Amino acid sequence: MIPLVLYIAIFAAAFFIVRLGVRRLTERHDYTALKTVTFGDESAVRPDRWASVISILTIFLLWGAFTGSKWVPVHAPGPFVGDTQFTYTSEAPDGTRDDATVFVRVFEVGAEVAEPEIDPGDGFAKNDTITVGAWRTKLLSFDQNDEITRKDGAHIVAIDGQPVEAGGEVRTDAGRIAITSKGSINYEPPKGMQMEPIWLPPPEAVVARVAEIAGRGYQNFTLWEHLGWSLYRVILGFILGAAVGIPLGYAMGLSDWFRGWFDPIVEFMRPVPPLALIPLVIIWAGIGESGKIILLFLAALWIMTIAARAGVSGVNITKVHAAYSLGASRWQILRHVIIPNSLPEIFTGARVAMGVCWGTVVAAELVAAEKGAGMMIMVASRFQLTDIVIMGIILIGVIGYGIDILFRIAERWLVPWKGRS
Amino acid sequence: MTGLSIENISMRFDLPNGSHVQALKDVSLHLNPGELLSVLGPSGCGKTTLLNIVAGFLAPTGGRIVLNGHAVRGPDAERGMVFQQGALFEWMNVRDNVSFGPRMAGRRAADYGQEVDHLLDVVGLRDFKEKAIYELSGGMQQRVALARCLANDPDVILMDEPLGALDALTREKMQGLVLKLWKETGKTIILITHSVEEALLLGERLLVMAPRPGRIHTEYRLPFADMGVGQDLREVKKHPEFGQRREEILGMIWDMEEEIMGRAEEAGA
Repeated sequence: MIPLVLYIAIFAAAFFIVRLGVRRLTERHDYTALKTVTFGDESAVRPDRWASVISILTIFLLWGAFTGSKWVPVHAPGPFVGDTQFTYTSEAPDGTRDDATVFVRVFEVGAEVAEPEIDPGDGFAKNDTITVGAWRTKLLSFDQNDEITRKDGAHIVAIDGQPVEAGGEVRTDAGRIAITSKGSINYEPPKGMQMEPIWLPPPEAVVARVAEIAGRGYQNFTLWEHLGWSLYRVILGFILGAAVGIPLGYAMGLSDWFRGWFDPIVEFMRPVPPLALIPLVIIWAGIGESGKIILLFLAALWIMTIAARAGVSGVNITKVHAAYSLGASRWQILRHVIIPNSLPEIFTGARVAMGVCWGTVVAAELVAAEKGAGMMIMVASRFQLTDIVIMGIILIGVIGYGIDILFRIAERWLVPWKGRS
Repeated sequence: MTGLSIENISMRFDLPNGSHVQALKDVSLHLNPGELLSVLGPSGCGKTTLLNIVAGFLAPTGGRIVLNGHAVRGPDAERGMVFQQGALFEWMNVRDNVSFGPRMAGRRAADYGQEVDHLLDVVGLRDFKEKAIYELSGGMQQRVALARCLANDPDVILMDEPLGALDALTREKMQGLVLKLWKETGKTIILITHSVEEALLLGERLLVMAPRPGRIHTEYRLPFADMGVGQDLREVKKHPEFGQRREEILGMIWDMEEEIMGRAEEAGA
């Protein structure tokens, strides 16, 4: 909740600072800048690069601040580490009460810790010690050193003077102290506002993991091998899907019989999400490479078929008529008119298909695989290795984005006339 | 017999609701080689249908087209076509568009290269050979379309409102170009247009068609196309007979439109 409020605050503050301060100095002097109507004119809305940069920095700033990163100068309050104490009041069956102090030492998980030396104190309830890792909890049988124990009928009635009974809890400066149903003390030191590394590790831990797994590997394969296998599966599956789907789509766009024969199949398979095919593919082909390739082939096939079919139906009939009256044969019309004219549609389809395939391969690897990006993060999550999971997610996103950019560059190069006729 | 014969062409479209539309009824006409015929008529008179039948894109329900002694059965390189717009291939540059016909016929670049360059000179696109189609203005694109059609050396050129999408000034210039190309190449041309002035200026013969069913209403033989060759077309327009013909034909088409509107109102009432 607090990170969200901070995020909105940074969004608003950056807006005013950039608009009123920086923008004055770096005003653009092009044609669009002279447009007075921008609200409603989509072409006049250009991404503000300041906003993009600040947006990314804000994410890393909040991530670092709430995970105690060394890369970020400001931090949210961290978990309590050090010595503190609280007192409990035990009541004997005869109604007499006695206070005892619990000395707490909270240490960073993984660090060496020594039990605090204490004086047992007077009365029937004796002082206790707790050592507990930050973010962890500790169960304390307070009465094991007491003269009147729970077996004898003693029970806790107050913590630091605040009355409490079994099943209840109190919050003090020392942290949260709950009394279990059996009467033990369950102690939790103050957590602060930072995330525990097992939920969200700081950015430097993720970067360190990248270096480590790139070199040493994880689950028998290096990072690049995991990613490379995922990419290899996607590319092979996509190429096979396109190699079958594009000719099939052309045939459906050019022949009654093909259209009639394959229309029901394509229209039925199109709405089936590839993820729903994973169980069947595993039954048929197992969890090895062939199963993955078949799945990705199927994911790309229908998209490419429909794209090619749409490409054929998008050919302006006057172009076809013109080609015929210039003496072109059917084959020449396919080669010189229909195929080039459908390239923009094919590219759009290919971008969609690559996106779907990339998503599908990760999902398929999550279900079952020996290697691959999805398998890496799935196994890591079972061992609470959140840094590997986050690293995997970021790299999957970067690669997916990279594929899309490559397609856009190829499109601009191969289909320069798109949207300009 | 040489030339293009349109023999008793009828075209009847059956509609799904059981009724039918008689788009053309018994249209007959003969064009000698080298004649330029312009066709006018209110919308729905079947002039584009007629052109598509001559081009071979549609089979008529009655009658036949005969070109130089053989019947037309489908599209062919002997009948070139110039469309209003959108018929150029954006994935080829100007020269590849113009040389499309010769290339499809399997001719070698050494063979057609000079011819294509000459045509590009004639239409004034010598410096635009390597340009992409989408870099050209509308008028230039139509010049490419004309050159592409001529590069194939067809016997007949069919033009479906080739200048309809151009602005008035460009259109006037292009009318001069069409006349020049017609005289230089001696092609038989059928030109469909919505503009009475254009039909008068370019048509050696002029056909006014009437709708429902589509048929030939009146045919004229005009002197203006010959006058216009190599002359300022605006001078031709000042000719007293030109103005008289224009008013006559405009009145004719106006009456047809009125009649259609009247019939539609009757049907509605």
